Amino acid sequence: MTSASLEMQRWIRFTPLQRLARFAVFFVMAAAVAWALKTIEIIPEFLYDAPEQVVDMGSRMWPIDWEHFWPAVWPALVETMHMSAMATILGLMMGIPVGFLAAGNATPFLWVNLIAKFILVATRSISTLIWALFFVAMFGPGPLAGALAIAFHSIGFIGKMFSEAVEESNRGSIEALQAAGATRMQQIIMGYWPQVLPTFWSVALFRWDINVRESAVLGLVGAGGIGMALNAAIDLIQWQRVALILLTIFIVVILIETIVTQIRKKVI
Amino acid sequence: MNVASLADKSIVTRADFFAPSLGKRLAYVAVFVYLVYAAATLGLSLDRIEKGVGYGVRFLAGFFPPNFTETDIIPGLLESLQIAFLSSLIGTALAIPIAVLAARNLMPVWVSWLARLLIIFCRSFHPVIVAIIAVKAVGFGALAGIIALTFASIGFVGKLLSEAIEEISKKQIEAVRATGASFMNVIAYGVVPQVMNRFIGFVAYETDSNLRNSTMVGVVGAGGIGGTLFSAFQRFDYNFVAGIILCIIGLVMIGEVLQIYVKRVFR
Repeated sequence: MTSASLEMQRWIRFTPLQRLARFAVFFVMAAAVAWALKTIEIIPEFLYDAPEQVVDMGSRMWPIDWEHFWPAVWPALVETMHMSAMATILGLMMGIPVGFLAAGNATPFLWVNLIAKFILVATRSISTLIWALFFVAMFGPGPLAGALAIAFHSIGFIGKMFSEAVEESNRGSIEALQAAGATRMQQIIMGYWPQVLPTFWSVALFRWDINVRESAVLGLVGAGGIGMALNAAIDLIQWQRVALILLTIFIVVILIETIVTQIRKKVI
Repeated sequence: MNVASLADKSIVTRADFFAPSLGKRLAYVAVFVYLVYAAATLGLSLDRIEKGVGYGVRFLAGFFPPNFTETDIIPGLLESLQIAFLSSLIGTALAIPIAVLAARNLMPVWVSWLARLLIIFCRSFHPVIVAIIAVKAVGFGALAGIIALTFASIGFVGKLLSEAIEEISKKQIEAVRATGASFMNVIAYGVVPQVMNRFIGFVAYETDSNLRNSTMVGVVGAGGIGGTLFSAFQRFDYNFVAGIILCIIGLVMIGEVLQIYVKRVFR
Protein backbone atom coordinates (compact mmCIF):
# COMPACT_ATOMS: atom_id res chain seq x y z
CA MET A 1 0.00 0.00 0.00
CA THR A 2 1.39 3.37 -0.94
CA SER A 3 1.47 6.33 1.35
CA ALA A 4 -0.89 8.24 -0.96
CA SER A 5 -3.72 5.75 -0.47
CA LEU A 6 -3.12 5.81 3.29
CA GLU A 7 -3.51 9.55 3.07
CA MET A 8 -6.82 9.04 1.28
CA GLN A 9 -8.13 6.77 4.01
CA ARG A 10 -7.40 9.11 6.86
CA TRP A 11 -10.68 9.85 8.59
CA ILE A 12 -11.30 13.51 9.35
CA ARG A 13 -14.28 14.27 11.52
CA PHE A 14 -15.17 17.74 10.31
CA THR A 15 -15.23 19.38 6.91
CA PRO A 16 -12.80 22.29 6.45
CA LEU A 17 -15.71 24.72 6.66
CA GLN A 18 -16.82 23.28 10.01
CA ARG A 19 -13.28 23.49 11.32
CA LEU A 20 -13.03 27.07 10.14
CA ALA A 21 -16.31 27.94 11.89
CA ARG A 22 -15.11 26.32 15.11
CA PHE A 23 -11.80 28.09 14.90
CA ALA A 24 -13.61 31.38 14.28
CA VAL A 25 -15.75 30.91 17.39
CA PHE A 26 -12.74 30.16 19.59
CA PHE A 27 -10.77 33.01 18.07
CA VAL A 28 -13.56 35.51 18.66
CA MET A 29 -13.98 34.27 22.25
CA ALA A 30 -10.26 34.66 22.96
CA ALA A 31 -10.15 38.07 21.31
CA ALA A 32 -13.17 39.25 23.29
CA VAL A 33 -11.64 38.14 26.58
CA ALA A 34 -8.27 39.67 25.72
CA TRP A 35 -9.91 42.96 24.81
CA ALA A 36 -11.99 42.97 27.99
CA LEU A 37 -8.98 42.21 30.19
CA LYS A 38 -6.91 44.90 28.53
CA THR A 39 -9.42 47.71 28.64
CA ILE A 40 -11.49 47.14 31.78
CA GLU A 41 -11.19 49.79 34.45
CA ILE A 42 -10.73 48.20 37.83
CA ILE A 43 -9.19 50.09 40.66
CA PRO A 44 -6.45 47.70 41.89
CA GLU A 45 -6.79 48.82 45.53
CA PHE A 46 -10.41 47.73 45.48
CA LEU A 47 -9.40 44.33 44.16
CA TYR A 48 -6.68 43.71 46.77
CA ASP A 49 -8.95 45.00 49.49
CA ALA A 50 -11.90 42.80 48.50
CA PRO A 51 -11.31 39.69 50.69
CA GLU A 52 -10.79 41.82 53.78
CA GLN A 53 -13.94 43.84 53.09
CA VAL A 54 -16.02 40.70 52.50
CA VAL A 55 -14.86 39.18 55.79
CA ASP A 56 -15.61 42.45 57.56
CA MET A 57 -19.13 42.55 56.11
CA GLY A 58 -19.70 38.92 57.03
CA SER A 59 -18.70 39.61 60.62
CA ARG A 60 -21.16 42.50 60.83
CA MET A 61 -23.97 40.22 59.62
CA TRP A 62 -23.63 38.06 62.71
CA PRO A 63 -25.68 37.44 64.84
CA ILE A 64 -28.75 37.34 62.59
CA ASP A 65 -31.55 39.63 63.77
CA TRP A 66 -34.37 37.05 64.11
CA GLU A 67 -36.68 39.51 65.88
CA HIS A 68 -37.09 41.37 62.62
CA PHE A 69 -38.80 38.46 60.84
CA TRP A 70 -42.46 38.68 61.90
CA PRO A 71 -42.96 42.46 61.91
CA ALA A 72 -41.20 43.28 58.62
CA VAL A 73 -39.87 40.34 56.60
CA TRP A 74 -42.94 38.06 56.66
CA PRO A 75 -45.41 40.63 55.21
CA ALA A 76 -42.86 41.53 52.53
CA LEU A 77 -42.42 37.84 51.74
CA VAL A 78 -46.18 37.32 51.36
CA GLU A 79 -46.28 40.33 49.05
CA THR A 80 -43.46 38.83 47.00
CA MET A 81 -45.34 35.55 46.66
CA HIS A 82 -48.52 37.33 45.54
CA MET A 83 -46.52 39.39 43.09
CA SER A 84 -44.83 36.38 41.53
CA ALA A 85 -48.04 34.32 41.31
CA MET A 86 -50.02 37.20 39.78
CA ALA A 87 -47.18 37.92 37.39
CA THR A 88 -46.99 34.29 36.26
CA ILE A 89 -50.74 34.09 35.58
CA LEU A 90 -50.78 37.45 33.81
CA GLY A 91 -47.69 36.51 31.84
CA LEU A 92 -49.33 33.26 30.72
CA MET A 93 -52.49 35.11 29.73
CA MET A 94 -50.50 37.56 27.60
CA GLY A 95 -47.75 35.24 26.43
CA ILE A 96 -49.81 32.30 25.15
CA PRO A 97 -51.83 34.29 22.55
CA VAL A 98 -48.63 35.94 21.31
CA GLY A 99 -47.00 32.50 21.17
CA PHE A 100 -49.84 31.19 18.97
CA LEU A 101 -49.56 34.26 16.75
CA ALA A 102 -45.81 33.68 16.38
CA ALA A 103 -46.19 30.03 15.32
CA GLY A 104 -46.19 29.71 11.55
CA ASN A 105 -48.57 26.72 11.39
CA ALA A 106 -51.26 28.06 13.75
CA THR A 107 -51.20 31.55 12.21
CA PRO A 108 -50.35 31.29 8.52
CA PHE A 109 -49.73 35.01 8.00
CA LEU A 110 -46.06 35.85 7.76
CA TRP A 111 -46.33 39.48 8.83
CA VAL A 112 -48.37 38.56 11.92
CA ASN A 113 -45.69 35.99 12.82
CA LEU A 114 -42.95 38.56 12.43
CA ILE A 115 -44.72 41.16 14.56
CA ALA A 116 -45.43 38.56 17.25
CA LYS A 117 -41.80 37.39 17.18
CA PHE A 118 -40.62 40.96 17.54
CA ILE A 119 -42.89 41.39 20.58
CA LEU A 120 -41.41 38.22 22.08
CA VAL A 121 -37.81 39.34 21.61
CA ALA A 122 -38.44 42.93 22.71
CA THR A 123 -40.26 42.03 25.93
CA ARG A 124 -37.52 39.56 26.79
CA SER A 125 -34.69 41.98 26.07
CA ILE A 126 -35.95 44.62 28.47
CA SER A 127 -35.00 43.38 31.91
CA THR A 128 -37.47 43.22 34.80
CA LEU A 129 -35.79 46.14 36.53
CA ILE A 130 -36.34 48.40 33.53
CA TRP A 131 -39.95 47.26 33.20
CA ALA A 132 -40.31 47.99 36.89
CA LEU A 133 -38.98 51.52 36.42
CA PHE A 134 -41.70 52.05 33.80
CA PHE A 135 -44.52 50.69 35.86
CA VAL A 136 -43.42 52.51 38.98
CA ALA A 137 -43.61 55.70 36.96
CA MET A 138 -47.06 54.68 35.71
CA PHE A 139 -48.76 53.24 38.80
CA GLY A 140 -46.60 54.59 41.58
CA PRO A 141 -44.39 52.50 43.88
CA GLY A 142 -45.84 49.24 45.13
CA PRO A 143 -46.34 45.57 44.31
CA LEU A 144 -48.70 46.30 41.40
CA ALA A 145 -45.82 47.80 39.43
CA GLY A 146 -43.68 44.81 40.33
CA ALA A 147 -46.28 42.25 39.24
CA LEU A 148 -46.80 43.99 35.90
CA ALA A 149 -43.04 44.29 35.37
CA ILE A 150 -42.46 40.57 35.84
CA ALA A 151 -45.54 39.70 33.79
CA PHE A 152 -44.37 41.76 30.81
CA HIS A 153 -40.86 40.39 31.04
CA SER A 154 -42.28 36.83 31.12
CA ILE A 155 -44.20 37.29 27.86
CA GLY A 156 -41.08 36.70 25.81
CA PHE A 157 -40.05 33.46 27.48
CA ILE A 158 -43.54 32.00 27.69
CA GLY A 159 -44.44 33.00 24.13
CA LYS A 160 -41.20 31.59 22.73
CA MET A 161 -41.67 28.23 24.45
CA PHE A 162 -45.28 28.08 23.28
CA SER A 163 -44.62 28.99 19.67
CA GLU A 164 -41.90 26.33 19.53
CA ALA A 165 -44.25 23.72 21.01
CA VAL A 166 -47.03 24.70 18.61
CA GLU A 167 -44.70 24.52 15.62
CA GLU A 168 -43.61 21.02 16.63
CA SER A 169 -47.15 19.74 17.15
CA ASN A 170 -48.53 16.88 15.07
CA ARG A 171 -50.32 17.86 11.87
CA GLY A 172 -52.64 14.83 11.81
CA SER A 173 -55.22 16.01 14.31
CA ILE A 174 -55.17 19.53 12.85
CA GLU A 175 -55.87 18.20 9.35
CA ALA A 176 -58.69 16.06 10.72
CA LEU A 177 -60.24 19.17 12.28
CA GLN A 178 -59.78 21.15 9.08
CA ALA A 179 -61.47 18.35 7.11
CA ALA A 180 -64.37 18.52 9.55
CA GLY A 181 -64.69 22.24 8.83
CA ALA A 182 -63.38 23.60 12.11
CA THR A 183 -62.67 27.32 12.27
CA ARG A 184 -59.17 28.52 13.14
CA MET A 185 -60.16 29.18 16.76
CA GLN A 186 -61.65 25.68 17.04
CA GLN A 187 -58.47 24.23 15.55
CA ILE A 188 -56.43 26.01 18.21
CA ILE A 189 -58.67 24.96 21.11
CA MET A 190 -59.34 21.35 20.07
CA GLY A 191 -56.26 20.63 17.95
CA TYR A 192 -53.22 22.52 19.21
CA TRP A 193 -54.12 23.15 22.83
CA PRO A 194 -54.29 19.48 23.94
CA GLN A 195 -50.92 18.92 22.25
CA VAL A 196 -49.21 21.83 23.99
CA LEU A 197 -50.79 21.18 27.41
CA PRO A 198 -47.65 19.50 28.81
CA THR A 199 -45.64 22.53 27.65
CA PHE A 200 -48.17 24.75 29.39
CA TRP A 201 -47.62 23.08 32.75
CA SER A 202 -43.88 22.89 32.48
CA VAL A 203 -43.58 26.51 31.31
CA ALA A 204 -45.98 27.77 33.99
CA LEU A 205 -44.08 26.04 36.78
CA PHE A 206 -40.64 26.93 35.45
CA ARG A 207 -41.59 30.56 34.98
CA TRP A 208 -43.11 30.76 38.45
CA ASP A 209 -39.84 29.51 39.88
CA ILE A 210 -37.93 32.21 37.94
CA ASN A 211 -40.46 34.88 38.83
CA VAL A 212 -40.07 34.32 42.57
CA ARG A 213 -36.34 35.02 42.20
CA GLU A 214 -36.99 38.04 40.03
CA SER A 215 -39.58 39.51 42.36
CA ALA A 216 -37.02 39.51 45.14
CA VAL A 217 -35.03 42.27 43.43
CA LEU A 218 -37.78 44.58 42.26
CA GLY A 219 -38.04 46.30 45.61
CA LEU A 220 -34.79 48.09 44.75
CA VAL A 221 -36.64 50.39 42.39
CA GLY A 222 -39.66 50.65 44.66
CA ALA A 223 -41.76 47.89 43.15
CA GLY A 224 -42.68 46.14 46.38
CA GLY A 225 -41.89 42.78 47.91
CA ILE A 226 -38.98 41.51 49.93
CA GLY A 227 -36.50 43.56 47.86
CA MET A 228 -37.93 46.67 49.48
CA ALA A 229 -37.18 45.27 52.94
CA LEU A 230 -33.68 44.34 51.74
CA ASN A 231 -33.10 47.79 50.33
CA ALA A 232 -34.28 49.47 53.51
CA ALA A 233 -32.00 47.29 55.63
CA ILE A 234 -29.00 48.02 53.39
CA ASP A 235 -29.66 51.74 53.35
CA LEU A 236 -29.88 51.79 57.15
CA ILE A 237 -26.66 49.69 57.33
CA GLN A 238 -28.47 47.04 59.41
CA TRP A 239 -26.35 44.09 58.27
CA GLN A 240 -27.90 41.70 60.76
CA ARG A 241 -31.27 42.31 59.13
CA VAL A 242 -29.74 42.01 55.67
CA ALA A 243 -28.47 38.58 56.68
CA LEU A 244 -31.95 37.58 57.85
CA ILE A 245 -33.54 38.70 54.57
CA LEU A 246 -30.92 36.96 52.45
CA LEU A 247 -31.43 33.76 54.43
CA THR A 248 -35.20 34.05 53.96
CA ILE A 249 -34.82 34.47 50.20
CA PHE A 250 -32.44 31.51 50.07
CA ILE A 251 -34.83 29.21 51.94
CA VAL A 252 -37.89 30.30 49.96
CA VAL A 253 -36.14 29.84 46.62
CA ILE A 254 -34.96 26.35 47.57
CA LEU A 255 -38.44 25.41 48.86
CA ILE A 256 -40.08 26.55 45.65
CA GLU A 257 -37.56 24.77 43.49
CA THR A 258 -38.20 21.56 45.42
CA ILE A 259 -41.98 21.98 45.09
CA VAL A 260 -41.69 22.66 41.36
CA THR A 261 -39.48 19.61 40.76
CA GLN A 262 -41.91 17.42 42.72
CA ILE A 263 -44.94 18.69 40.77
CA ARG A 264 -43.10 18.32 37.47
CA LYS A 265 -42.30 14.71 38.30
CA LYS A 266 -45.97 14.00 39.03
CA VAL A 267 -47.66 16.00 36.26
CA ILE A 268 -45.30 15.57 33.33
CA MET B 1 -64.12 8.89 31.40
CA ASN B 2 -62.73 5.42 31.32
CA VAL B 3 -63.28 2.86 28.63
CA ALA B 4 -64.90 0.20 30.86
CA SER B 5 -67.82 2.46 31.78
CA LEU B 6 -68.22 3.44 28.11
CA ALA B 7 -68.53 -0.21 27.11
CA ASP B 8 -71.55 -0.63 29.40
CA LYS B 9 -73.50 2.06 27.61
CA SER B 10 -75.48 1.24 24.49
CA ILE B 11 -75.14 4.71 22.92
CA VAL B 12 -71.91 6.66 23.19
CA THR B 13 -72.29 10.38 22.60
CA ARG B 14 -69.88 13.27 22.32
CA ALA B 15 -70.77 14.34 25.85
CA ASP B 16 -69.21 11.15 27.20
CA PHE B 17 -65.80 12.18 25.95
CA PHE B 18 -66.00 15.84 26.81
CA ALA B 19 -67.65 15.49 30.21
CA PRO B 20 -66.60 18.40 32.41
CA SER B 21 -64.43 17.23 35.28
CA LEU B 22 -65.36 18.61 38.68
CA GLY B 23 -61.77 18.80 39.85
CA LYS B 24 -60.69 20.86 36.87
CA ARG B 25 -63.55 23.31 37.29
CA LEU B 26 -62.78 23.70 40.99
CA ALA B 27 -59.16 24.41 40.07
CA TYR B 28 -60.22 27.10 37.61
CA VAL B 29 -62.51 28.67 40.23
CA ALA B 30 -59.70 28.55 42.77
CA VAL B 31 -57.29 30.28 40.38
CA PHE B 32 -59.90 32.93 39.63
CA VAL B 33 -60.67 33.55 43.32
CA TYR B 34 -56.96 33.78 44.02
CA LEU B 35 -56.52 36.28 41.19
CA VAL B 36 -59.26 38.51 42.59
CA TYR B 37 -57.80 38.23 46.09
CA ALA B 38 -54.23 38.89 44.94
CA ALA B 39 -55.39 41.80 42.79
CA ALA B 40 -57.10 43.26 45.83
CA THR B 41 -53.97 42.93 47.97
CA LEU B 42 -51.88 44.52 45.23
CA GLY B 43 -54.19 47.54 45.25
CA LEU B 44 -55.44 47.09 41.70
CA SER B 45 -58.46 49.21 40.86
CA LEU B 46 -60.02 50.57 37.68
CA ASP B 47 -59.42 54.13 38.78
CA ARG B 48 -55.73 53.42 39.27
CA ILE B 49 -55.42 51.68 35.92
CA GLU B 50 -57.10 54.60 34.19
CA LYS B 51 -54.74 57.11 35.77
CA GLY B 52 -51.75 54.84 35.18
CA VAL B 53 -52.48 54.42 31.49
CA GLY B 54 -52.72 58.21 31.21
CA TYR B 55 -49.29 58.58 32.83
CA GLY B 56 -47.96 55.76 30.68
CA VAL B 57 -49.00 57.46 27.45
CA ARG B 58 -47.39 60.72 28.56
CA PHE B 59 -44.33 58.80 29.58
CA LEU B 60 -44.02 57.03 26.24
CA ALA B 61 -44.59 60.32 24.44
CA GLY B 62 -41.57 61.65 26.35
CA PHE B 63 -39.46 58.93 24.67
CA PHE B 64 -39.66 60.52 21.25
CA PRO B 65 -37.35 61.24 19.64
CA PRO B 66 -34.83 58.80 21.20
CA ASN B 67 -31.51 60.42 21.89
CA PHE B 68 -28.41 58.47 20.80
CA THR B 69 -26.00 61.36 20.49
CA GLU B 70 -24.65 61.51 24.01
CA THR B 71 -21.23 60.04 24.41
CA ASP B 72 -22.17 58.10 27.54
CA ILE B 73 -23.81 55.21 25.71
CA ILE B 74 -20.78 53.69 23.99
CA PRO B 75 -18.48 53.51 27.06
CA GLY B 76 -21.36 52.12 29.10
CA LEU B 77 -22.14 49.44 26.54
CA LEU B 78 -18.46 48.53 26.23
CA GLU B 79 -18.18 48.21 29.99
CA SER B 80 -21.25 45.94 29.99
CA LEU B 81 -19.56 43.79 27.35
CA GLN B 82 -16.36 43.62 29.40
CA ILE B 83 -18.29 42.57 32.48
CA ALA B 84 -20.17 39.92 30.51
CA PHE B 85 -17.05 38.41 28.91
CA LEU B 86 -14.88 38.36 32.02
CA SER B 87 -17.60 37.04 34.32
CA SER B 88 -18.43 34.30 31.82
CA LEU B 89 -14.77 33.31 31.59
CA ILE B 90 -14.10 33.31 35.34
CA GLY B 91 -17.48 31.80 36.15
CA THR B 92 -17.05 28.96 33.66
CA ALA B 93 -13.49 28.29 34.78
CA LEU B 94 -14.68 27.96 38.38
CA ALA B 95 -17.82 26.05 37.40
CA ILE B 96 -15.99 23.19 35.64
CA PRO B 97 -14.22 21.75 38.71
CA ILE B 98 -17.30 22.38 40.86
CA ALA B 99 -19.50 20.55 38.35
CA VAL B 100 -17.11 17.59 38.27
CA LEU B 101 -17.17 17.50 42.07
CA ALA B 102 -20.97 17.70 42.06
CA ALA B 103 -21.50 14.81 39.64
CA ARG B 104 -22.77 11.89 41.67
CA ASN B 105 -21.44 9.26 39.29
CA LEU B 106 -17.82 10.41 39.67
CA MET B 107 -17.57 11.47 43.31
CA PRO B 108 -18.35 10.09 46.75
CA VAL B 109 -21.69 11.21 48.19
CA TRP B 110 -20.42 13.78 50.68
CA VAL B 111 -18.22 15.56 48.13
CA SER B 112 -21.05 15.83 45.63
CA TRP B 113 -23.42 17.14 48.30
CA LEU B 114 -21.01 19.88 49.33
CA ALA B 115 -20.49 20.92 45.72
CA ARG B 116 -24.22 20.84 45.05
CA LEU B 117 -24.85 23.02 48.07
CA LEU B 118 -22.39 25.56 46.67
CA ILE B 119 -24.16 25.48 43.30
CA ILE B 120 -27.57 25.91 44.92
CA PHE B 121 -26.22 28.82 46.92
CA CYS B 122 -24.94 30.56 43.78
CA ARG B 123 -28.17 29.90 41.92
CA SER B 124 -30.67 31.03 44.46
CA PHE B 125 -29.76 34.71 44.55
CA HIS B 126 -30.62 36.98 41.67
CA PRO B 127 -27.46 38.57 40.17
CA VAL B 128 -28.69 42.02 41.17
CA ILE B 129 -28.90 41.02 44.83
CA VAL B 130 -25.37 39.63 44.68
CA ALA B 131 -24.37 42.86 42.93
CA ILE B 132 -25.70 44.97 45.83
CA ILE B 133 -23.66 42.96 48.28
CA ALA B 134 -20.61 43.08 45.99
CA VAL B 135 -20.92 46.85 45.66
CA LYS B 136 -20.93 47.16 49.43
CA ALA B 137 -17.92 44.84 49.65
CA VAL B 138 -15.64 46.09 46.85
CA GLY B 139 -17.05 49.50 46.00
CA PHE B 140 -18.72 50.88 42.89
CA GLY B 141 -17.57 49.84 39.45
CA ALA B 142 -17.12 46.97 37.06
CA LEU B 143 -15.42 44.70 39.61
CA ALA B 144 -18.64 44.37 41.61
CA GLY B 145 -20.52 43.51 38.42
CA ILE B 146 -17.97 40.86 37.50
CA ILE B 147 -18.22 39.29 40.95
CA ALA B 148 -22.02 39.26 40.82
CA LEU B 149 -22.24 37.68 37.39
CA THR B 150 -19.46 35.22 38.19
CA PHE B 151 -21.65 33.90 41.00
CA ALA B 152 -24.57 33.52 38.62
CA SER B 153 -22.38 31.76 36.05
CA ILE B 154 -21.05 29.27 38.59
CA GLY B 155 -24.61 28.41 39.58
CA PHE B 156 -25.93 28.06 36.06
CA VAL B 157 -23.04 26.29 34.30
CA GLY B 158 -22.33 24.23 37.41
CA LYS B 159 -25.85 22.88 37.62
CA LEU B 160 -26.30 22.08 33.94
CA LEU B 161 -22.80 20.67 33.50
CA SER B 162 -23.08 18.43 36.55
CA GLU B 163 -26.41 17.13 35.23
CA ALA B 164 -24.85 16.55 31.82
CA ILE B 165 -21.98 14.61 33.42
CA GLU B 166 -24.44 12.51 35.40
CA GLU B 167 -26.23 11.55 32.18
CA ILE B 168 -23.15 10.27 30.33
CA SER B 169 -22.67 6.65 29.39
CA LYS B 170 -20.76 4.60 31.95
CA LYS B 171 -19.29 2.26 29.36
CA GLN B 172 -16.73 4.68 27.96
CA ILE B 173 -15.54 5.58 31.45
CA GLU B 174 -15.12 1.93 32.33
CA ALA B 175 -13.24 1.34 29.10
CA VAL B 176 -10.83 4.17 29.84
CA ARG B 177 -10.44 2.99 33.44
CA ALA B 178 -9.71 -0.54 32.27
CA THR B 179 -6.62 0.73 30.47
CA GLY B 180 -5.27 1.90 33.81
CA ALA B 181 -5.90 5.56 33.27
CA SER B 182 -5.60 8.05 36.12
CA PHE B 183 -8.57 10.14 37.28
CA MET B 184 -7.56 13.10 35.15
CA ASN B 185 -7.21 10.82 32.13
CA VAL B 186 -10.68 9.41 32.76
CA ILE B 187 -12.01 12.97 32.78
CA ALA B 188 -10.08 13.93 29.66
CA TYR B 189 -10.87 10.87 27.52
CA GLY B 190 -14.04 9.46 29.08
CA VAL B 191 -16.06 12.45 30.23
CA VAL B 192 -15.04 15.50 28.18
CA PRO B 193 -15.83 14.06 24.73
CA GLN B 194 -19.31 13.14 25.93
CA VAL B 195 -20.26 16.51 27.38
CA MET B 196 -18.25 18.93 25.22
CA ASN B 197 -20.99 19.96 22.79
CA ARG B 198 -23.57 20.49 25.49
CA PHE B 199 -21.02 22.38 27.56
CA ILE B 200 -20.39 24.83 24.73
CA GLY B 201 -24.14 25.32 24.42
CA PHE B 202 -24.36 26.15 28.15
CA VAL B 203 -21.46 28.57 27.94
CA ALA B 204 -22.98 30.33 24.93
CA TYR B 205 -26.28 30.61 26.73
CA GLU B 206 -24.57 31.78 29.88
CA THR B 207 -22.61 34.47 28.04
CA ASP B 208 -25.84 35.66 26.47
CA SER B 209 -27.57 35.76 29.84
CA ASN B 210 -24.58 37.54 31.41
CA LEU B 211 -24.81 40.12 28.65
CA ARG B 212 -28.44 40.79 29.55
CA ASN B 213 -27.69 40.97 33.24
CA SER B 214 -24.61 43.14 32.76
CA THR B 215 -26.90 45.83 31.38
CA MET B 216 -28.89 45.56 34.60
CA VAL B 217 -26.35 45.40 37.44
CA GLY B 218 -25.43 49.04 36.83
CA VAL B 219 -28.73 50.04 38.43
CA VAL B 220 -27.18 49.22 41.80
CA GLY B 221 -23.81 50.73 40.89
CA ALA B 222 -21.97 47.66 39.66
CA GLY B 223 -20.79 49.12 36.35
CA GLY B 224 -22.04 49.01 32.80
CA ILE B 225 -24.80 50.74 30.89
CA GLY B 226 -27.36 50.19 33.67
CA GLY B 227 -25.89 53.01 35.74
CA THR B 228 -26.20 55.45 32.84
CA LEU B 229 -29.76 54.29 32.30
CA PHE B 230 -30.73 54.65 35.93
CA SER B 231 -29.27 58.15 36.26
CA ALA B 232 -31.03 59.22 33.04
CA PHE B 233 -34.26 57.92 34.57
CA GLN B 234 -33.70 59.83 37.76
CA ARG B 235 -33.17 63.13 35.98
CA PHE B 236 -36.28 62.49 33.79
CA ASP B 237 -34.21 62.56 30.59
CA TYR B 238 -36.63 60.20 28.85
CA ASN B 239 -35.29 60.75 25.32
CA PHE B 240 -31.92 59.50 26.49
CA VAL B 241 -33.60 56.62 28.35
CA ALA B 242 -35.28 55.57 25.10
CA GLY B 243 -31.96 55.72 23.26
CA ILE B 244 -30.23 53.56 25.88
CA ILE B 245 -33.05 51.01 25.97
CA LEU B 246 -33.00 50.68 22.18
CA CYS B 247 -29.23 50.15 22.31
CA ILE B 248 -29.66 47.47 24.99
CA ILE B 249 -32.33 45.71 22.92
CA GLY B 250 -30.01 45.81 19.92
CA LEU B 251 -27.10 44.40 21.93
CA VAL B 252 -29.23 41.62 23.42
CA MET B 253 -30.59 40.69 20.00
CA ILE B 254 -27.06 40.49 18.57
CA GLY B 255 -26.10 38.32 21.54
CA GLU B 256 -29.02 36.00 20.93
CA VAL B 257 -28.23 35.61 17.23
CA LEU B 258 -24.56 34.89 18.03
CA GLN B 259 -25.60 32.37 20.65
CA ILE B 260 -27.76 30.48 18.15
CA TYR B 261 -24.90 30.59 15.63
CA VAL B 262 -22.38 29.19 18.12
CA LYS B 263 -24.75 26.39 19.08
CA ARG B 264 -25.26 25.52 15.42
CA VAL B 265 -21.50 25.38 14.79
CA PHE B 266 -20.99 22.94 17.65
CA ARG B 267 -23.97 20.68 17.02
